[in-house]
Amino acid sequence: MAGADPQALKDTLLAAIGAASTPDALEAIRIEALGKKGELTQAMKSLGQLEGEARREMGQALNAVKDAVTHALESRRSDLAMAELNKRLEEEKVDVSLSHRPETQGVIHPLSRTLEEILAIFAEMGFVVAEGPDIESDYYNFTALNMPEDHPARQEHDTFYMTPNSEGMRKVLRTHTSPVQIRTMEKMKPPIRIIAPGRTYRSDHDATHSPMFHQCEGLVIGDGITMGHLKGCLIEFCRAFFDVDDLPVRFRPSYFPFTEPSAEVDIGCNRDGGGLTIGAGADWLEILGCGMVNPRVLEYCGIDPNAHQGFAFGMGLERLAMLKYGIPDLRPFYDSDLRWMRHYGFMPFDPPSVHLGL
Amino acid sequence: MKFTWSWLKDHLATDAEMAVILDALPMLGLEVESVADRADALKPFHIARIVKAEPHPNADSLRVCQVDTGNGMVEVVCGAPNAAAGLVGVFAPVGAYVPGIDLTLTEADIRGVTSRGMMCSEREMMISDEHDGIISLPEDAPIGASFAAYAGYDDPIIEIAITPNRADCLGVRGVARDLAAAGYGELKPLSDHNIDAKGKSDISWKLDLPADQQQLCPLVTGRTFRGLTNGASPKWMQQRLSAVGQRPISALVDITNYVMLDLGRPLHAYDADRIKGDTLTIRLAKAGEEMTALNEKTYALNDTMLVIADDDGADDLAGIMGGERTGVTDTTSKMFLEIAVFDPVSVAMTGRGLNIHSDARYRFERGLDVTSPDWAMDYVSQMVLDICGGEASEIDRKGGGADWKRQISYRPDRAEELTSVVIAPDKQRHILSTLGFSISDDGDQWQVMPPPWRGDIVGSADLVEEVVRVSGYHLIPELSLPRDRVVSQPAVSDEQKRPIVLRRLMAGRGLSEAVSFTFLDAATAEKYGGGAEALRLVNPISTDLSVMRPSLIPILLNVAARNQARGEGDVGVFEIGPVFTGDAPEDQHLVLAGVRSGMLAPREWTGSARPVDWLDAKADAIAALAALGVRVDALQVRTDAPEWYHPGQSGTLNQGKVTLARFGTIHPAFLAAHDLDDHKGAVAGFEVMLDAVSMPRKKSAQRPMAQLSAFQPVGRDFAFLLDEAVTAENLIRAMKGAGKPLVTEVTVFDVYAGKGIPEGKKSVALSVTLQPTKATLTDAEIEAASAAIIAAVDKHCGGVLRS
Repeated sequence: MAGADPQALKDTLLAAIGAASTPDALEAIRIEALGKKGELTQAMKSLGQLEGEARREMGQALNAVKDAVTHALESRRSDLAMAELNKRLEEEKVDVSLSHRPETQGVIHPLSRTLEEILAIFAEMGFVVAEGPDIESDYYNFTALNMPEDHPARQEHDTFYMTPNSEGMRKVLRTHTSPVQIRTMEKMKPPIRIIAPGRTYRSDHDATHSPMFHQCEGLVIGDGITMGHLKGCLIEFCRAFFDVDDLPVRFRPSYFPFTEPSAEVDIGCNRDGGGLTIGAGADWLEILGCGMVNPRVLEYCGIDPNAHQGFAFGMGLERLAMLKYGIPDLRPFYDSDLRWMRHYGFMPFDPPSVHLGL
Repeated sequence: MKFTWSWLKDHLATDAEMAVILDALPMLGLEVESVADRADALKPFHIARIVKAEPHPNADSLRVCQVDTGNGMVEVVCGAPNAAAGLVGVFAPVGAYVPGIDLTLTEADIRGVTSRGMMCSEREMMISDEHDGIISLPEDAPIGASFAAYAGYDDPIIEIAITPNRADCLGVRGVARDLAAAGYGELKPLSDHNIDAKGKSDISWKLDLPADQQQLCPLVTGRTFRGLTNGASPKWMQQRLSAVGQRPISALVDITNYVMLDLGRPLHAYDADRIKGDTLTIRLAKAGEEMTALNEKTYALNDTMLVIADDDGADDLAGIMGGERTGVTDTTSKMFLEIAVFDPVSVAMTGRGLNIHSDARYRFERGLDVTSPDWAMDYVSQMVLDICGGEASEIDRKGGGADWKRQISYRPDRAEELTSVVIAPDKQRHILSTLGFSISDDGDQWQVMPPPWRGDIVGSADLVEEVVRVSGYHLIPELSLPRDRVVSQPAVSDEQKRPIVLRRLMAGRGLSEAVSFTFLDAATAEKYGGGAEALRLVNPISTDLSVMRPSLIPILLNVAARNQARGEGDVGVFEIGPVFTGDAPEDQHLVLAGVRSGMLAPREWTGSARPVDWLDAKADAIAALAALGVRVDALQVRTDAPEWYHPGQSGTLNQGKVTLARFGTIHPAFLAAHDLDDHKGAVAGFEVMLDAVSMPRKKSAQRPMAQLSAFQPVGRDFAFLLDEAVTAENLIRAMKGAGKPLVTEVTVFDVYAGKGIPEGKKSVALSVTLQPTKATLTDAEIEAASAAIIAAVDKHCGGVLRS
């Protein structure tokens, strides 16, 4: 082999490497050239037969061939691997317009959303939440709210009555959340600043009335609390809730047995073009009732009306939700039609808060 | 309460435009519900005369009329039977919109004759249902004049809502008084009267009331009118009554109705000739007594009901409705007029007991001016004499009168203290006086006497409302509530926060929130452990909504069924709301419940869809408990879920004896009752009893130091052969106990029974995680732990390691 021609060997091997189309073929070439019995290995081994300069030159030449072949093998191997990967990727091709695996997303009822918004706003004004039972005594629902038996206002309540007990005592389904005022004042000493949301009931069922609905009551008792505070508090609330900075808010005299003076609160709206927009406009929408707590109610709760005063208000959650979110009908609120829920419901991950927005 | 603009101006001398008054009323607390200006719709209609009426050449039933419109002659084809020459009627020209036939008139060819307008009936103008012919007006009606103005239809009708406290505004005069106090004019005095009383009344009153119930009728007056002519009432009165929805009947009836609406003062007119005897007795009815009222219904009375009776018995339900037997008729010539005050509570109770709603009752039970029997009698008498002629007797008056005078201590400063509105004492005095209050002034301390028509005024807060209301609520300043800290505090307690957190959690888990009625039908309530007598409504809106719910599961099954019926079979819903075990406040319990049905996710191409099952419900319940801070790995599972669950696929989650939640597949028999079935997969549900989950101890914001081991955990798998009855919970507990504290997690990854496993046995495979904390585990340590686990499973569960 001493007469080997390095150049010819190199040409042959590089040509073979270039022609190898699989990693296995490439490996065969490597063994053929660089294996124990490979051509190049054998040529290197036979260097010992040469002498002096010739040996040195041939050695250098063969080393150069070896480097070139090694490099060519590496390069070809990498190319082949890439080609193989590309082939696999090509085979793995999918229709990416197909849908992803379905995930179910639940929604929060608009009434809960509305309630949480109300909580967020009143929390900013220092209110805390109070609660009371749905099945109420006549005393808490009426009498202590200055509506004794035969008060004409009682008849406007369309009360649901529970079956009387053996002593003839007859409970009612609370017709408003106002009994929570009484329960709170019996338990707490002034100053008091509460809101009381909850289910309420009236015997009325048509397009605009539901036998069960929701109210949120508010009560503030404290030194020097006046109707001015009531007005400021509710105007702040209305503007924050409806997110209209210049929302016109109007207080009109009205009557509730448990407040004196009493007022109804209207907000401005616009009905141009058949729709309804909350904000400055030609029309008014009644949204809640309020007033200064009637001294008689304070007396019922054991609070001296000469020493303490304050205000109360009550609002309907359904009405607020319908106005804010443009929900046209009342009845679907309680029907749990999934289509309605998905349309009017809310994502759970963006709860209302004052700092992130209502 | 309805009245017309001109009617209001009978009592209020004012230059104000109607629009101004309409804006003022709601700001006084008199909410305007509607304003109807009929003149607008009637604008095109004018008075015209048919000069000539000839038969239509091509139609027997039609006439061709030449009509003098006062503005030229027009040819009109008319089909009315009374269309004849000389008739004065109402003409609508081409271009007029005729509301009764919903048509804008055009020139029309009617069988070859061009008709240029229309002679109208009342129904065509929508002023009544009258359609027997075209309107026929008196001969002297001005041709060419506006019909609306002529017939009084140019008087707008105003309807206002009256709050229960404002009985005084159930008459037009009261409304005028409020407006006058607010500066919109002056209250006119009532018209003068000059009655020349002739002799004693033919009928006299007798009060026959129990000594302790004299308040039932504190005052009554009456007088006899003789020689009356009871024809039609005057046109102006009929027009006003019609405008506010009262059908004119006869002069005497119309007068009583008119005065009720005008002054808020109900009256009753008897035909004196039909009264048996010469005495009307005001007394309690006798048990078993009956009478037929003016509405032609017969009522059985009892001895709590106040009546007015003649010698033949009761024939008037005091303050509610008169009797048919003694009422006035078209031919009445002798009339006895009653003006009384009755106890509002008695009137309300009798009215409610007999279920009679009348305008009189409405006013009596809200409280009348208790002095009105005295001041109204001559006023009404003058009206009767003016309209019906005849003469009036002297007045018969019985009763000592109501004790209505009361002094209210009042400081003018109170207005500012309560409302932050500063109103000068003089201004307050002026407002109160205009409203009829009398004030004795002693510097800062006033004694204020409300007028007899303001029974609603009882304390200083009421007086504040009067002065502030009349001054205007717009004067109330907007004050911010004082706050004693800048950063607000939580509005909810930790306990109140729980439903809010759970709501978000459940929605995040794919369940949508339902809000459902709190009541359901009795049969379902009983099946779900409820239906107690105390939880039944006496007056439900329907039998489906008659008992307070004992569980949320039936409610949510109904939701699932309703959605299935709409084609939404895959339902995931939850509700957080009350259930009831009794009628006491502590018997109301807050529950979170959920129901899933159908497929967990819709069928799709990757094949990930699967039907829901009890495991989904268990996962929901456990997620909820974990969110409430319950250590869920320490809960005990029991198989004692209630009967609405599948007995073999349900359980409860317990802390000792307290059941916190239950879950499982819903029993197929219960599904059927809700029109649900499990053909398309199971329906699973869960209930978490929030009241049973105790609040965690007051938690500190600080957490214990995290113990994160630096050493690699080691996993080991075991498979045991066990009796079928051994629960996974017991097996895991045994393994964890044996491997303490090295074993941090034990998970079942396979359960198998069947081929290769003896009858009554099962194979359970588990993976155990061993977490060293001090040094990497040696083989010996792992072996020791494994041996301990195997021994414990043998000892506690009778399990054998499968080789």
